[in-house]
Amino acid sequence: MSTTPTASDTQATEETGEGTGLPMSRAALDAELKSIIADVLGIDSEQADALDNDSGLFGHLPELDSMAVAGLLTEMEDRLDIVIEDDDVDGEMLETYGGLLAFAEGKLAEA
Amino acid sequence: MIGTWPCTLPGGRVSEELVLRFGESSGPKILIIPPLFSEHNLMRRQLVQLMRKLADAGIGSVLPDLPGWNESLQPLETQTLAFWREAMAQAARANGATHVLAVRSGAVLTPPALQGWSYAPQSGAKLLRGMVRARTIASRETGQPETSEDIYQLGRTQGAMLAGWRIGVAMFSELELAEPPKHDALVEIKQGQVGGPALWLRAEAAEDTEQVASLAGIINSGLAESAQ
Repeated sequence: MSTTPTASDTQATEETGEGTGLPMSRAALDAELKSIIADVLGIDSEQADALDNDSGLFGHLPELDSMAVAGLLTEMEDRLDIVIEDDDVDGEMLETYGGLLAFAEGKLAEA
Repeated sequence: MIGTWPCTLPGGRVSEELVLRFGESSGPKILIIPPLFSEHNLMRRQLVQLMRKLADAGIGSVLPDLPGWNESLQPLETQTLAFWREAMAQAARANGATHVLAVRSGAVLTPPALQGWSYAPQSGAKLLRGMVRARTIASRETGQPETSEDIYQLGRTQGAMLAGWRIGVAMFSELELAEPPKHDALVEIKQGQVGGPALWLRAEAAEDTEQVASLAGIINSGLAESAQ
């Protein structure tokens, strides 16, 4: 649980570039994750681009109920080719955009 | 527009269920099978807009409710997927459908006799996974966390309330195995062909006129091709 790498942990690895075995660059992951959130919230890409690490997600957006969050996680599984376990889902991961991004980075690094 | 169709229940009684009808009574008539449960609510408005668009092009369509859906007087928790499949075939016959457009998890109800389209089909297992996950998130919020495994066990043995839907034991177990049919007479439409974001992902129901036009175009040209 607490072993999920933070954004700063994985950033160094990814910035080393080629040969890390990571399937997706940080920028590509950031863009894909924003695109997924834009789809779920029905916002346009400009609004999604404005999300930063401190942008609040679950708990801040009343429309993001448990079914929408479940849909978001399932879409992340499909589009990022990761598997999200029950234990992965915690308040920290869903609290902010930065938390979700760090989580996705950690999952991709495991893969 | 809105009417009813007589659905024969497993015991032989008849339940009048609602049906939306648009367009010509002659010519092609498309049976619209919406996604099951929450995604039905999210997609219904979009599907009705599609039906209007098809009607403008001279194509009839019907969107039937099954027992346990929407305003139906039948309880959801006693429904089975096997009966819903049979009921959807009844609805196709009762409403004179010539083609089918099944959407997302609605694909698992596709009557085998109909040709048509399967739009972004989703398996029953995937549908359940999302609903079970929603319950794990909701139960964590209330301070009484449950694991997915707990909920699957509950669903298989007693049935379970998932995202506000009471799913009986039979329905739960059938959904775990339900796959959308694949055959030559059923053309798969991917969201990429329709363009834009998938509306079933939305937290709230939405409509998208460009996607409606795009879907209607796919159906219209498919009908034109098969008529040649």
